[in-house]
Amino acid sequence: MKKKWYEYLWIVSATYLALGFFNILFAWLGLICFMTPLIISIAKGSKSYCNTYCGRGQLFTLLGGKLGFSRKKTPPKFLRQTWFRYSFLTFFMTMFLLMIYNTFLVFAGATLTEAVTLLWVFNLPWQWTATSLAPPGVAQFAFGFYGVMLTSTVLGLITMILFKPNSWCVYCPMGTMTQGICKLKYRKEIVERT
Amino acid sequence: MPVPKKKAHVGKECVACGKCVKECPVRALSVYKGMYTLVGDPCIGCGKCAKTCPAGVIELIARKVEGATA
Ligand code: SF4
Ligand code: SF4
Ligand code: SF4
Repeated sequence: MKKKWYEYLWIVSATYLALGFFNILFAWLGLICFMTPLIISIAKGSKSYCNTYCGRGQLFTLLGGKLGFSRKKTPPKFLRQTWFRYSFLTFFMTMFLLMIYNTFLVFAGATLTEAVTLLWVFNLPWQWTATSLAPPGVAQFAFGFYGVMLTSTVLGLITMILFKPNSWCVYCPMGTMTQGICKLKYRKEIVERT
Repeated sequence: MPVPKKKAHVGKECVACGKCVKECPVRALSVYKGMYTLVGDPCIGCGKCAKTCPAGVIELIARKVEGATA
């Protein structure tokens, strides 16, 4: 069967991460994969972003599946449980809002921090990327957003190796949000399932 | 063709990621309105979906044969 164009979106995801090494300002492009899933779920009431278009999901399927970088063990049960998925989403979004707040501080005159925060605690120095093209606030958001993307990729890779290729998809904040939006949208239809 | 003895069953904690849908050789699975996955009648009970499901919510269960006397 001929492959469809959207089966190659993993290349876009990989390229995105690579571009951030050369110029952090490319991180802004990541907003596309932040907004698209939300827009699709709100407007169409589906998870077709996850189901079809997500390049990151494809990257994990490829690396963990065909290329074999995964133990292919079922992750622990708590990972799929509502309390964990929504706690992780809350934590993730809180850190995201803090990042936005820091960006505003820079817009307001605070000094730009040229670092990418990995896993919310490790500050990786990132001074080599040219940021002089843009105002400091714009650059600060790029560093912050790239940190979010890198953190989720690293977490995803770790759980890919330890468990099944797409383990990240079980607790991915975008996946949780889009499913949550669909469930809200169709709440009348949710019947007791056994 | 004999009716397969087993059928996939998707548990409540399905995260609707759709990874199983891509694995099914007979296209028996579909994500219903972004909420959870449904198993259709074509399922042949091969278990490929269960192997893939990252949430580990798919089980193979005995298929109820229509019109069969117990
Ligand atoms: S759960 Fe996250 S990583 Fe997985 S397909 Fe959906 S958006 Fe992509
Ligand atoms: S058991 Fe096999 S045929 Fe049935 S839904 Fe799963 S992958 Fe498809
Ligand atoms: S792979 Fe598992 S969690 Fe994902 S949609 Fe299929 S049954 Fe649901």
